[in-house]
Amino acid sequence: MSSKRPQPYFSRSQVTLVRGLWMMVTAILAFMTLFPLLWMVSIAFKPAAESFSSNLIPQSPTFDNFIYVLTAVPFIRYMANSFLVSATVTIVALFFHTMAGYALARLRFPGREVLFLSIFSTFLVSLPVIIVPLFVIVKAMGMLNSYAGLIIPAIFNAFGIFLLRQYYLSLPKEIEEAARIDGAGYWRIYWSVILPLSRPIMSALAILFFLANWNSFLWPLTITSDPNLWVVQLGIANFKSQYSASWNYMMAASTIVAIPTLILFVIFQRQIMDSLKTSGLK
Amino acid sequence: MASVEIRNVVKRYGALEVVHGVSAEIADGEFVALVGPSGCGKSTLLRMIAGLEEISDGAVVIGGDIVNEVAPKDRNISMVFQNYALYPHMTVAENMAFALRLARLPKDEQKKKVGEAATMLGLEGLLDRYPGQLSGGQRQRVAMGRAIVRRPEVFLFDEPLSNLDAKLRVQMRAEIKGLHQRLRTTSIYVTHDQIEAMTMADRIVVMRDGNVEQIGTPLELFDNPRNLFVASFIGSPSMNFIKGEVVNGTFRAPGGVIIPAVNLAHGGPAVAGIRPNKLQIGATGPSAEVLIVEPTGDETHLLVELGGTQLAMLLRDRISLAPGDRIDLAFASADVHFFDGQSTLRLGRGDAL
Ligand SMILES: Nc1ncnc2c1ncn2[C@@H]1O[C@H](COP(=O)(O)OP(=O)(O)OP(=O)(O)O)[C@@H](O)[C@H]1O
Ligand SMILES: [Mg+2]
Repeated sequence: MSSKRPQPYFSRSQVTLVRGLWMMVTAILAFMTLFPLLWMVSIAFKPAAESFSSNLIPQSPTFDNFIYVLTAVPFIRYMANSFLVSATVTIVALFFHTMAGYALARLRFPGREVLFLSIFSTFLVSLPVIIVPLFVIVKAMGMLNSYAGLIIPAIFNAFGIFLLRQYYLSLPKEIEEAARIDGAGYWRIYWSVILPLSRPIMSALAILFFLANWNSFLWPLTITSDPNLWVVQLGIANFKSQYSASWNYMMAASTIVAIPTLILFVIFQRQIMDSLKTSGLK
Repeated sequence: MASVEIRNVVKRYGALEVVHGVSAEIADGEFVALVGPSGCGKSTLLRMIAGLEEISDGAVVIGGDIVNEVAPKDRNISMVFQNYALYPHMTVAENMAFALRLARLPKDEQKKKVGEAATMLGLEGLLDRYPGQLSGGQRQRVAMGRAIVRRPEVFLFDEPLSNLDAKLRVQMRAEIKGLHQRLRTTSIYVTHDQIEAMTMADRIVVMRDGNVEQIGTPLELFDNPRNLFVASFIGSPSMNFIKGEVVNGTFRAPGGVIIPAVNLAHGGPAVAGIRPNKLQIGATGPSAEVLIVEPTGDETHLLVELGGTQLAMLLRDRISLAPGDRIDLAFASADVHFFDGQSTLRLGRGDAL
């Protein structure tokens, strides 16, 4: 949308007006999204006496809330658990999902479409629906109260497989054929051609998977009773029920939980842009 | 180097047969073009030679060995694709070295071979670029480079120039031909552009609907097309055809066309074919109406109508004519090809008078 070219229907002042209106709308939306976050951070820095005052900038900012939260409750431990689970699920899931997506897109074998449809149909079923049978299975496998119980059931995800399969279908077949002629087998094509080409979409999926697992609550609640295995969302929930009156502590805890996701998002966002630029797919 | 032999090769997709027993022999070092209209099975045949497509029946022989069951990488071939199929995430150098890397050649040797190929194709300055940063012509060259580095015994090209603009196509055509003259690698080149085939190939295989129509040198096909299809396909602008009848060794068609072709034993429906540059303006002869006049500078293209048939003419001079004018057509009967009206096979030429 260049402002320099003359517009056939609108005068320049009208264009400026329209653009101004749009900017106002986006500003309001941004404010509505950001304000609760700002409010949370603000309260986190306020001493208990001030926590219900309406000023956004704390009068006497303090780190006490954070220190209290981190010392009174093993929050670092919860975060480490969350990080371990989310990172493992993300990496393992991407590894298997890319392979599954590639196989479903390119390998010819009987029952491929049926297999794909049955994977796809699991979209229709949400976790609460299958949580009891899932629990029974995981229990039967002896994975209650274990990292395996937190990680393994979270790896399967129809969305990732579906997205990757569609992406692989859109890749020109000739690239893989060229690789075959160059002497690459299935595994080598997957590793040296397909995986590098999927970098942009994998970055996007990595963010989605990581965040989904970082924020997951219901499954960890179902499967873990041992506080040493608690993930951060369980920690927070428990903390909230204990300190329901102390908003300053709760907000400090929430802020701590939000920070890693924000950092990761910023890092990965840059990577998405880079990989989009360098992949050079036309 | 190696010869390639295609023995009665058939391709079926389920119940659908798309290549019906094609045979051809390609000598060591020869440049053979595979031409035919879209969908005639050129790519399918080439991909069967490459090993990318299973051979339903018959055999492909490379260098004396049947390779039906041999993996593409072990057939000692390399292929250039229409859309280049470069690896987008690898630099030009990495693209070219990929096959060598997979063959576990030492690094310095890889580098040397890539360097040689790059010099041959004028790619030295582009080795560190990614395919996305290259023009179409440069990508095409990289695709060639990737095929060359391995020094295969057979090059396979599937319409490698069809994504380039006309000017670049002519230039790359000459370059590929030059490269072939230097390397003398057996080459099979698929194209639907008969000019490309005529100018580049030692021999041409003309295909239609999964069958071979004729195999021969460009001039053989031009001078002695086996049937109507080859005659219409080879040569540009393409041959004119006049439907008529042969009675007692004389060809007659509507519009007053009478060609004595004494040697023809044939009787009955026939088609006379004459190339546009063999039709001249004469003083007497069948009279035709001018429909379109296209001066191109040196030449004049005409479209005329004679007895309900439209004929193209290609005249060497500038001629002032306007649509609606009438001209008399002249041609030598030795320049006329006759085809059987039913089987479409070529019967022969008219007699020189
Ligand atoms: N996977 C397939 N399944 C079924 N039919 C196919 C398949 N691939 C190709 N065909 C058919 O085989 C025939 C030959 O196709 P091919 O690609 O070899 O044509 P071509 O001569 O290369 O044409 P073009 O000049 O358009 O590239 C076509 O009729 C096509 O529809
Ligand atoms: Mg083709």
